[in-house]
Amino acid sequence: MRFTRRSLRIPYIIFLLLFVIAPLLVLFYYGFTDASGRISFANIVGFFTDENTLGTLFYSLLIAFVTTLVCLVVAYPVAYILGTSNLKSKSVIIMIFIMPMWINFSLRITALKEILTLLEGNLSYHPFLNSVIGMAYDFFPFMILPIYNVISKQDSSLVEAARDLGATSFQTFIRVTLPLSIPGILSGISMVFLPAMTNYVVLDMLYNSTYIMGSLIGSYFSSYNWHSGSMIALVLLGIICLFTFFTGGFDEDNENAGGAIL
Amino acid sequence: MSENIIELKHISKVFEDGFQAVSDLNLEVKKGEFVTFLGPSGCGKTTTLRMIAGFEIPSEGEILLNGKDITKLPPNERPVNTVFQRYALFPHMNIYDNISFGLKIKKMPKNVIDKKVKRVLDLVDLEGFENRKVSTLSGGQQQRIAIARALVNEPEILLLDEPLGALDLKMRKEMQLELKAMHDRLGITFIYVTHDQEEALTMSDKILVMSEGKAQQIGTPEDIYNEPKNAFVADFIGDSNIYNGIMTGKLKARFAGGEFNCVDDFEEGTHITAVVRPEDVVITEPEKGIIQGRVDSVIFKGIHYEITVISGKTETVIQTVKSANVGDRVGMYVEPDNIHIMKADDSINIIPVDINNDYKLELNGHVIDRSVTKLIKNAKRNSDGNLVDEHGDLIDKSRLKIYATILPGDIEMTDNIEDGIVQGHISNLIYKGDHYSYVIRTEMDQDFIVDDEDLWNMDDFVGLIIPKDKMKFTVKH
Repeated sequence: MRFTRRSLRIPYIIFLLLFVIAPLLVLFYYGFTDASGRISFANIVGFFTDENTLGTLFYSLLIAFVTTLVCLVVAYPVAYILGTSNLKSKSVIIMIFIMPMWINFSLRITALKEILTLLEGNLSYHPFLNSVIGMAYDFFPFMILPIYNVISKQDSSLVEAARDLGATSFQTFIRVTLPLSIPGILSGISMVFLPAMTNYVVLDMLYNSTYIMGSLIGSYFSSYNWHSGSMIALVLLGIICLFTFFTGGFDEDNENAGGAIL
Repeated sequence: MSENIIELKHISKVFEDGFQAVSDLNLEVKKGEFVTFLGPSGCGKTTTLRMIAGFEIPSEGEILLNGKDITKLPPNERPVNTVFQRYALFPHMNIYDNISFGLKIKKMPKNVIDKKVKRVLDLVDLEGFENRKVSTLSGGQQQRIAIARALVNEPEILLLDEPLGALDLKMRKEMQLELKAMHDRLGITFIYVTHDQEEALTMSDKILVMSEGKAQQIGTPEDIYNEPKNAFVADFIGDSNIYNGIMTGKLKARFAGGEFNCVDDFEEGTHITAVVRPEDVVITEPEKGIIQGRVDSVIFKGIHYEITVISGKTETVIQTVKSANVGDRVGMYVEPDNIHIMKADDSINIIPVDINNDYKLELNGHVIDRSVTKLIKNAKRNSDGNLVDEHGDLIDKSRLKIYATILPGDIEMTDNIEDGIVQGHISNLIYKGDHYSYVIRTEMDQDFIVDDEDLWNMDDFVGLIIPKDKMKFTVKH
């Protein structure tokens, strides 16, 4: 066979089939069958009727929501100040904020655990608070980067135009800068909220024994209940798809789609 | 109470990095005038506009609006509105929200806002565009919306920062006339910034010509075209033949290799600059002209021919309705009225430099280690090595004119001819109290003004050493 440009796609097709399509099919198969291999909706019905599962879903959403809020409230001012300043060293400052990402994850969380233990005496007094701190610390760079990118690319003459038309600095921020930075905010949210729902390692390491979605899936799979585990994964997948759809992540002209900024 | 709506008094602006954008600028604008700030890029015209708008605070001087000091007032408290170069329409709002932005800030009732938006859309000929998105409009339409958005606030002064720069030629011409008509109809004071001299001449009541942060001339378009104050203005406004020369007697000047009668009176021996517009040069039989030359090129330009004649070492551009043949020997004559003579500016040398094939600058064949790329905003070399602008369009090297400005005190004369970048004879010298001011005429017929403390002799042949870091370059397209 002659080598053409088209041949270049073969490895990627194989990759997609093997690591994206096939696992999805397997997931669907297990999600919609019962232990004897027959097609069944018991798993999905079970998901939405089991109080424990719903409780876990609620707890996950709560942790993810609070984590996202904390990240947003801390990251936005920094991103705004750096994005609108004409400091020469601003990219260095952004780097410093992102740097923790380059240090091993478990090392970071272990260090955080020691610090929190020092402050609180015993981690089990505030499991929710500790988890949020751990998550926020872990996901902070994913929030600051997309917001910073959007704000620093904003045409500064828009701000001048608003001021020129009589708006105070505050009105300019509310009516121009903030609405124009929404794509960055959405992309930051999607990069923090969804992982925060499933990242149970942080909870484990900080001794929070409450389950979140990730831990639930893990426990089903380790007890060989692949069917329920798969269904939970599918439900999560559905939530993610809905979320991305409503935040415009599937729009082709949205350059921040999916928050792929790094 | 003065009738000036705005006055700039000794305005200077030095930026944080030490760059002096504007120095000691004075200007008075009357109510209802159409004033244009004209100059090459980097001359400080936009900075001046931004100081009036309130986006920049002058380092020195004050700005008076109706006699009241507004120098430090923030932009939102000034009764002026700006039309930005790149329109700066809010992309997240529709046309209605864009235009009503200022009115909503002022908390006007909705029915009043609706009426005003409709009226101003009528004015810019975009009726019914209220619900359109900004991104669906063409450049020209966006420009109209930007104008409407500013005008709807009924400002005392409308500031326009090169508003037509991004439009194509035909659109630009149309908008020029429309803007002018709008100005006549509304009676609002317009302050307009452009680097396009034709635009300035077409639209303005008053033009401020700027260069290197300084006002070169303020006057009506006619004044500035017919009576340019200095060589810079003459060169920048319209096409000009500019010659260096000397007064040889009462109302007689010698330049371009001939002696001309003129109407400007200067003392005999004064070093002068003569400006002759291309349309004022008359081609005659060789023996009937004051100077003679050979036709070097003839270009048909539609309503006239542009003929270049070389006489000796000087080049004269002529616009005439009668063609000529390349190689013809012709005479040239200029009516005394049409020769504009001014005292040569001996405080600065403005010397044209060449661009070599590597896009490096050259003076008299000596490469100056400066690349053209660095002089033009956002220009770069593309993969073929050609010079392109920010949009990737080719920049025609032959249409670029680059000038080096050199202070007379920075040039050193030497007996070692070979050490100098240029060589020439001392053609004039004046004692100025603590130093001598020399005029060195090169073999290329360029005059260099040199300050030196030592006395040299007339007609000495000298080399001129010009440190490369003392040359400043400006570009003219």
